[in-house]
Amino acid sequence: MAHIENTDPNGFKPNQEIFSEVLQQLAANDRDIIAVTSDSRGSGKLVPFGKKFPEQIVEVGIAEQNLVGVAAGLAAAGKKVFAVSPACFLTARALEQIKNDVAYSDNPVTVVGISAGVSYGALGSTHHSLHDFAALRAINNITVVVPADNFETAQATALAAKTNSPVYLRFGKKVMNNLKEVNDDAFVFGKGRVITEGTDAALIACGETVYPALQAAQLLAQEGIHVTVVSMHTIKPLDTGLLAKLAATCKAIVTVEEHSVYGGLGEACAAYLMQHGLHKPFRIVGIPDEYTVTGSQQDIFNHYHITKDGIAEVVKSLL
Amino acid sequence: MMKRSDLEIKSVEYRKKILKYILGANAGHTGGSLSCIDILNVLYNHVLNVSPQNFTSPTRDRYIQSKGHCVEALFVVLADKGFFPEEHLETLCKYKSHYIGHPTRKVKGVEQNTGALGHGLPIAVGNAIAAKLDKKDYKVYTLMGDGELPEGSNWEAALTAAHYKLDNLCAIVDKNTLQITAPTAEVCNTDPLDEKWKAFGWAVKEVDGHDIEALKAAFDSLPFEPGKPSVIIAHTVKGKGVSFMENNLKWHHGVPSKEEYALAISELDNSMQKAAV
Repeated sequence: MAHIENTDPNGFKPNQEIFSEVLQQLAANDRDIIAVTSDSRGSGKLVPFGKKFPEQIVEVGIAEQNLVGVAAGLAAAGKKVFAVSPACFLTARALEQIKNDVAYSDNPVTVVGISAGVSYGALGSTHHSLHDFAALRAINNITVVVPADNFETAQATALAAKTNSPVYLRFGKKVMNNLKEVNDDAFVFGKGRVITEGTDAALIACGETVYPALQAAQLLAQEGIHVTVVSMHTIKPLDTGLLAKLAATCKAIVTVEEHSVYGGLGEACAAYLMQHGLHKPFRIVGIPDEYTVTGSQQDIFNHYHITKDGIAEVVKSLL
Repeated sequence: MMKRSDLEIKSVEYRKKILKYILGANAGHTGGSLSCIDILNVLYNHVLNVSPQNFTSPTRDRYIQSKGHCVEALFVVLADKGFFPEEHLETLCKYKSHYIGHPTRKVKGVEQNTGALGHGLPIAVGNAIAAKLDKKDYKVYTLMGDGELPEGSNWEAALTAAHYKLDNLCAIVDKNTLQITAPTAEVCNTDPLDEKWKAFGWAVKEVDGHDIEALKAAFDSLPFEPGKPSVIIAHTVKGKGVSFMENNLKWHHGVPSKEEYALAISELDNSMQKAAV
């Protein structure tokens, strides 16, 4: 499916491939690293992991509720567990297991939603996950992380393995260009990563929408509009300090996400800003509440104007 | 090792305490707690390598109560085993008490937060796989109600347990045959239950879930078959031990009045004398 998207002359890879590589590095030095899959090792790029570490992969078959429950039991027994399954099934069918067995019981599982958002765009809404930020934001005791590029994915994976509390990692199938030429940022959950700085507007994006946001900023710069671009890789806890700073320094704020406009990054930012009296022109760019159009991920982004041109237009409309 | 009559007396004491704290809380799952208490008695006083002293040890046995609503039975046994002072149970279901209507890890001795049905077995499977991976010889037990068996996650986990040959895992079904609406057979019939578990690759034993010796014998013979997970189908009576509560739907989560409580205690005291003979 859309395999051509996964070939990149610059050596960049889909984030889920980076995830698998880092997990293999971790597993080589730590027998407690366990991947749990629901017939999802192919889509999760975990076939090499399974071959190298057959004792560190647990396969439960196509049974997502069981996937998360088993993962919780493994974690309770001291394992560092990554429960890997397409985000659409994992965060809907197994939501109660994430809520109770992982978050409420405080079993430190990293729940990994692969092929997220509209990565499976042409397969229809059964295979889209446009609800997962909203669902998981409302659950206590789980950190929600959406890495944008290969650098963030590698950092987030390694950090999740060290984190003794529940984490949700979410990424897609697309080759992701690095957002910066030099990746020397300190990566911490809950701290947004500033990619470019400008005071005309702030573009706060996450996951696979940060790159088009960055392209929009480059387009706007040609017109003399200087934009701060943030990869807000952690949806919860939200970097409210950075948000307050952006509200103080930028004339307008636009959020961008591969998620429903309801309950995701945009509404999280809006809630904070409103409740702290930080009133700036503000727009949420995401997937509207409608029967979602189908096509490739890029077709769907184009349709809903989650593109450099579309995002740039929204910024200009606020200035 | 306790004599038979000692455990039988303990069961009566546990039943009295279950009713006492349900009365105090004005809430609780009376019928189911009375149906599973003999199983918990045998588990904690004969089977499980679990104590307040070893509760953080990686090699302790694991007990996960999937039928979390019968928490009063678990709390009474944990208090008896010294995990916390029994008077803590006077706060059962009170504002800010950790002793709530389902097991939580805020209470010492509780392995997992449960309450939503169909969750215990998958977690127990994860525990048991971890034991195999780590080559540790602890055993994992989970208690399920027969009313929760239609939850599909149970059967997903049943498949995984057989696939991984988890002979260090034992599920116990408290088959009291009643659930909140009606007899289980009328709500969603799961019989023949033994054949279902067998078809899923489990080794099955059926016992009288109130016969202490039969329960001990079943647990002592685990695993029932090498390379297979074991399930004990425990035939029980909802409300067991109090004549007017037995097999009566009203007592699924019925709370006794003071008069009913007094009558129940009197019946249990009488049975105590019989057990001691």
